Amino acid sequence: MRLYWNYFLMELKSQMQYKASFVLTMVGQFVTSFTTFFGIQFIFDRINGVDDFTYGQVLLCFSVIMMSFAIGEMFGGGLAVFPDLIREGSLDRILVRPRSILPQIIMPNMDFSRLGLLLQAAIVLAIAVPVSGVTWTGKKIFVFVMMVACGSVLFFCLFLLVAAVSFFTIQNLNFLDIFTYGMRDFGKYPFSVYGDAVLKVLTFGIPLALVQYYPLLYLLEREEGIWYMISPLLSLLFMVPSCWFYRFGLKNYKSSGS
Amino acid sequence: MIEFKQVSKTYRVAKRQAGMGNAVKSFFSREYNTVHALQDVSFTIRDGEMVGYIGPNGAGKSTTIKIMCGVLTPDGGECRVDGRIPYKERVAHVRNIGVVFGQRSQLWWDVPVIDSFDLIRDIYRVEENTYRKNVSELAELLDLGEILQTPVRTLSLGQRMRCEIAASLLHNPKVLFLDEPTIGLDAVSKIAVRKFIRNLNAEKKTTIVLTTHDMQDIEALTERILLIGRGRILLDGKLADLKKQVSERKTMEIRYQGAPPDIEDGMQLVESGKGWMTVSFEPSEIPVPRAIAYFAAETELLDVSVSDISTEEMVAGMYKEYRL
Repeated sequence: MRLYWNYFLMELKSQMQYKASFVLTMVGQFVTSFTTFFGIQFIFDRINGVDDFTYGQVLLCFSVIMMSFAIGEMFGGGLAVFPDLIREGSLDRILVRPRSILPQIIMPNMDFSRLGLLLQAAIVLAIAVPVSGVTWTGKKIFVFVMMVACGSVLFFCLFLLVAAVSFFTIQNLNFLDIFTYGMRDFGKYPFSVYGDAVLKVLTFGIPLALVQYYPLLYLLEREEGIWYMISPLLSLLFMVPSCWFYRFGLKNYKSSGS
Repeated sequence: MIEFKQVSKTYRVAKRQAGMGNAVKSFFSREYNTVHALQDVSFTIRDGEMVGYIGPNGAGKSTTIKIMCGVLTPDGGECRVDGRIPYKERVAHVRNIGVVFGQRSQLWWDVPVIDSFDLIRDIYRVEENTYRKNVSELAELLDLGEILQTPVRTLSLGQRMRCEIAASLLHNPKVLFLDEPTIGLDAVSKIAVRKFIRNLNAEKKTTIVLTTHDMQDIEALTERILLIGRGRILLDGKLADLKKQVSERKTMEIRYQGAPPDIEDGMQLVESGKGWMTVSFEPSEIPVPRAIAYFAAETELLDVSVSDISTEEMVAGMYKEYRL
């Protein structure tokens, strides 16, 4: 653990060498993602509900996804350097060190300006909780924590999957961002608003609905079933194919250059 | 001990032609070329050996090194280093090896060298005492002194390479892989690096595998060389033997005063200028003493030097012979 703490400090030292850039990025991140928040505000200025969900409920949903995303991205966002690592051959360097590969990539690529995003998610959450109309009980708080925790894992898995694609091709893969950043924007409304087909995909394919829509129903007391309560835990099954794909990619790794 | 048993590795490379039209076309359907980077490569390197691994660009040198380091997984055959399969027991394996990729840094760019060393100590879990001893020893041998406090980005190439080598040895590896360690270095740095590598092998019995295009590296460092070309091992043997195998021809340079002498039958004029000439001949036809005696009689001789063909010439000869 001390090692990764040192990695962390090393990175902080490096980032502090460029102070202005650090502060501006943090502010920038804060402002850009607040626009999404304002988007919701403006829509609810005109209408009272989206698909049976009130403003407060949508906001709660949004804050869960945002919080999950912020945590998932804090760790997984660094994996975006994967194609560069492969192209520059730095992955070779990582592979010849007697440590697990992912922490070696994640820790040095921690972006502290992402703390801005986390802070913001916390603010939205603070606004959402009182207006969501949920009567909080011990069980519900537990479910809520599960939603955020499992959601973070899911987003991390998505970042991992996107990164692992670069084992096979290192061409420009920006369109894959739809699975990470796209999902965040997608997830600001309960997934049922997009229709049945989309909900199915997000239940059985990329199981984001399991940390958002279904447990939300439980929180709102629209559903009482145990499945609704533990659905976030089920979403963790997504780790299996994610890890498998990553390992498969690693075995296929071709390295580059001399 | 490093063992390669019939290792092969193939890459699929997408065929691409220049131009926008072709780029669009290749987006939809793509043709692939199969490149056999290694085919049935087998060899054994004993503990404490120092081996030069040579071959033209694209011959498969790096692929071999990367398999030995556990970076790449071969398609067929087996590779064992110290009894372990590198790509299967990666973590246990890499604890015992050191790697220097000449063109890639393992140091952190923005921080002083010593900070990088500290981090490497943590990565390899090197004991504090061992670490301190190694740093001071390496700093002295590689003349790192004040460099240790300097950020890596401000170092010269020669300074950086010395730090790279030190960094790869902090954890006392049993095997050291050097991929073009002297690339781009000036003469002084090259000599310092070579001297250090030679001592390391002699004193610590570290097994060293070295790839290089610099034949002086090979000459100064290795007894045994492995020549690889088009994915196959073509030659494996002692440098001196290989030289003999290619040619025993001697090259003789003479300096003289006065009129240029005629050359003897069987000699070949390589180059000549005002007051000097270089000839080559087979010592089986003309023994060296006779050649010297001949010129001494012909002209007023000032200086003579006789040499075998250079390693450079030998390797070029071998590449030609195997049509690489």
